[in-house]
Amino acid sequence: MWTAILLAAGGCYLLKLAGLSVPRRVIESPRVERAAARLPVALLAALIATSTFAAGHVLVLDARAGGLAAAGAALALRAPFLVIVAAATVTTAALRLV
Amino acid sequence: MDDHSRPAVLRDALGIGVAVGAFGLSYGAIATASGFSVLQTCALSVLMFTGASQFALVGVVGAGGSAIAGAVTALLLGSRNALYGLRLSSMLRVRGARRAVAAQFVIDESTAMALARGRRGFWATGVAVFACWNVGTALGAFGGAAIADPRTFGLDAAAPAAFLALLHPRLEGRRTRVLALGAAAAALVAVPVAPAGVPVLVAAAVAIAVRD
Repeated sequence: MWTAILLAAGGCYLLKLAGLSVPRRVIESPRVERAAARLPVALLAALIATSTFAAGHVLVLDARAGGLAAAGAALALRAPFLVIVAAATVTTAALRLV
Repeated sequence: MDDHSRPAVLRDALGIGVAVGAFGLSYGAIATASGFSVLQTCALSVLMFTGASQFALVGVVGAGGSAIAGAVTALLLGSRNALYGLRLSSMLRVRGARRAVAAQFVIDESTAMALARGRRGFWATGVAVFACWNVGTALGAFGGAAIADPRTFGLDAAAPAAFLALLHPRLEGRRTRVLALGAAAAALVAVPVAPAGVPVLVAAAVAIAVRD
């Protein structure tokens, strides 16, 4: 695990450094910009889906889905970050007690 | 909004730092609940220092994915920092050791403040967020490590909630929302057949392949 941590951390640092070091015209193009804007959206959406509905290799609908719905409601009410996360964990824990 | 005076910039930077510190608290708790040691959790916040990538790494590994799949996801999410750096380089004009230090501070929050408030906004926000993020991480990590079974407290639902909070401000326009739904669907379709952690990368491939 340490190897992955150090490689990923080093890679993330080099990405930041490359942005500051490389002349702007080398990698800047509208196509690259648009792909880079899409990437976080797709990755985060996929992470939400898998961390809510996957249990190993099986798709399930369990208490985590209720937690995600509560997080969505907190988000719609413009709650701060910690409240959003707390809404999800408390709801999920409560659903497991039922 | 465009108050560039020193006290105003420092006050706003500190405000952002405190908000991010709270975010670090939940990262620390989620990371230890996902099986990372306190030291590993804190090392990531010092060395990687880009929240979404860190959440992704611990989220993928916590869901049973390989360390490699987690690292690749973290790197893909970190690639946006390179584009931030491109925008910032002409404003910051840093060389040598100062550039090496500035690079670590190139994140969402410092870039937003730099674009709104200039060079001082970048440095003030970078330092404030770095300090608060790492303190928050340590507190969360020790708290999370003290909990025997994270599922009892619903902590396994904390990661999706955190991802949702990160995604929400990026969901502007119908095309973006369609992309998000498509990516989520592609990942779920891949869950039964692909090794854990890989479904997220399938979604990334969809995002790169799609045409504007």
